[in-house]
Amino acid sequence: MALTKEQIAYRIAQELKDGYYVNLGIGIPTLVANYIPKGVRVVLQSENGLLGIGPFPLEGDEDPDLINAGKQTITTIKGSAFFDSAMSFGMIRAGKVDLTVLGAMEVSEQGDIANWKIPGKMVKGMGGAMDLVASAKNIIVAMMHTNPKGESKLLPRCTLPLTGVKCIRKIVSDLAVLDVTPNGFKLLERAPGVTTEEIKAKTAGRLIVDGEIPEMKLEAPDRY
Amino acid sequence: MKKVVSNADEAINDIRDGQVLMLGGFGLCGIPENCIAALVRKGTKQLTCISNNAGVDDFGIGLMLQQKQVKKMVSSYVGENAEFERQLLSGELEVELIPQGTLATRCLAAGYGMPAIFTPAGVGTEVAEGKEVRNFDGKDYLLEYAFKSDFAIVKAWKGDEQGNLVYKETARNFNPMMAMAGKITIAEVEELVEAGDLDPDNIHTPGIYVHRIFQGVNYEKRIEQRTVRKVK
Repeated sequence: MALTKEQIAYRIAQELKDGYYVNLGIGIPTLVANYIPKGVRVVLQSENGLLGIGPFPLEGDEDPDLINAGKQTITTIKGSAFFDSAMSFGMIRAGKVDLTVLGAMEVSEQGDIANWKIPGKMVKGMGGAMDLVASAKNIIVAMMHTNPKGESKLLPRCTLPLTGVKCIRKIVSDLAVLDVTPNGFKLLERAPGVTTEEIKAKTAGRLIVDGEIPEMKLEAPDRY
Repeated sequence: MKKVVSNADEAINDIRDGQVLMLGGFGLCGIPENCIAALVRKGTKQLTCISNNAGVDDFGIGLMLQQKQVKKMVSSYVGENAEFERQLLSGELEVELIPQGTLATRCLAAGYGMPAIFTPAGVGTEVAEGKEVRNFDGKDYLLEYAFKSDFAIVKAWKGDEQGNLVYKETARNFNPMMAMAGKITIAEVEELVEAGDLDPDNIHTPGIYVHRIFQGVNYEKRIEQRTVRKVK
């Protein structure tokens, strides 16, 4: 069975380490915050100018001056800090953020990513995505393995306008966990019940399958 | 030197058609609501607006778009705005999309008196077209120029009659860099206090950068995405 969006987020959350500063993009990446493992403390960065994002506010406690990069009302945790947008991207550019999680429309076997523009459609802008992919040393892409037509989104080369080049090193899709290596996509884990053959068929870029590929461990299914 | 003016209409009175404005805010958070309303009343046209976003249809810079006052938007993200889309597709409006960190840092460079910066954002993408690339320690960077603007219009939480500013929470966003970058900087504040009432250790924007300041009124502070959790 392909993973749900929540399960993709859960699997990515297993990559979090205690003490990490983490930037979560909009969409599936935002859900990662719901599955931070017990005993792991991370500080979430919001690129509009906050370290220490807390949960959504209780109804009636919404504060229009306190939002995340998706413009949603949020709260802060103890020990949080506000700063301006230049400093926010300064800490991203300087490599202070340990992990960035973002979505993608396409990823190439070289680690190029496209996630901001579809020719012929209204372009809304790249926001902070180009800054993040150009600077973050550790990026995990959360994505669907194929588009709604069933076509692979893991390609030899991206067909859409690029957001960044040679920057993606890890992908968690609804079908698999993969590393992006100099030789192509390396299959590390399969979604429960998904065969290596299915992943091969749905990966257009070069796929490296080295020996027996284990299934992902998705504990606590009641949490999704 | 008197920086305090009575209201937004006085503060923006000499902004002329065709000028370049910086407007602070992220989404609808921390935007100069009073000055935007005054610009709509004044009807200044052919403006170039440097602002991270373009408001929504009926609020923020969206109000200026409705009156066709904007010739060009320089932004990182312009979703959530149907009138914007219509004007863009019909060719009435130009848009220059810039990575958010590049936008912020080009403002910062202007306020720090530096002509340009090098950033890796956009290397190898269409953002890099026509730009100088320099390699430092094995990594490519784009040369990006400091913004030039006629006016910067920012919103702060508190300010004093010297022009010192303090922002609240994430409403800070682009306001401090834009305040530093304007040839003339106009600050509207929720609470205008006397000199000495703000702690000098906790000033976010020193008054030297601010030329005009006024006490804003009737802040709506609209929330774009109201998200709440249920009581457990």
